[in-house]
Amino acid sequence: MPMSRDEVFTKVQGVLIEALGVDEDEITELATLQGDLDAESIDFLDIVFRLEKAFSIKIPRGELFPDEILSNPDYVENGKLTSTGLAKMKGSMPHADFSDFEQDPDVSKMPDLFTVGTIINYVQSKLGGVPA
Amino acid sequence: MRWIWIDGFTEFVSGKRATAFKNLDAADEQLQEHFPEYPVMPPSLMIEGMAQTAGILVGESRQFRENVILAKIRNARFEAYCTPGDTIRYEAILESLDESGATSSGKVFRNEKEIGQVDLMFSHVDPATNQLDLPDHNFVFTDQFIQLLDDYRAGQALS
Repeated sequence: MPMSRDEVFTKVQGVLIEALGVDEDEITELATLQGDLDAESIDFLDIVFRLEKAFSIKIPRGELFPDEILSNPDYVENGKLTSTGLAKMKGSMPHADFSDFEQDPDVSKMPDLFTVGTIINYVQSKLGGVPA
Repeated sequence: MRWIWIDGFTEFVSGKRATAFKNLDAADEQLQEHFPEYPVMPPSLMIEGMAQTAGILVGESRQFRENVILAKIRNARFEAYCTPGDTIRYEAILESLDESGATSSGKVFRNEKEIGQVDLMFSHVDPATNQLDLPDHNFVFTDQFIQLLDDYRAGQALS
């Protein structure tokens, strides 16, 4: 039986408390990893390792937190994702909510896509529960 | 400069776990000023000792193809000092490993008593494709580190 969203949230919360040293009440679905929870780039790999262990899943690198798109000049122009880049990013991150970001796909706002809710969506899709 | 904070291995199970030791001597340079008239092993160097124990475990499991960089101290806790005459033992367990990096958990012992826990995360940097402007050769696993492993294996072969 797939885990409920609440059960996934509780486990993700535990992962983030350990990985980032944040308090339980700081972790909400809308909290962004970098802006709200002060995650640094190396913490993303730590989070991936901890999620794999907590949920007994395998997370291919670049699947939860895609980063190769930004280094492709075809996808970025004047600091913003091109329409092709945006489509590629949305395809790579079906677990993220792009509704705000796609209004102004400035690369500097990319970190806002990585929220606690994004992680929960991703984990649920990996566990065969609610699709991302 | 010799930057090796373990004296040797007493156990090495490829891809799984390793135990290394460090004997503390009153003449050790790091104890001269830390602290004057009260020599104790700096915990930061004990973290480094664990990083070397676990780092060699990580590197060996992938045939030393990549540089293994200490990326994050996930947890470090010490409950007692180590002083001249003590043997510090580092027991490292490889928790996870893939192309991007590895994690380890580890216990620290002062002689036979457990006194700490050090959990680490490592990142792999392939010398051929690194994007961090690091040297293009394997600068982590120098001959000195490899020698530690060779010495252990030579001892095992004789026993």
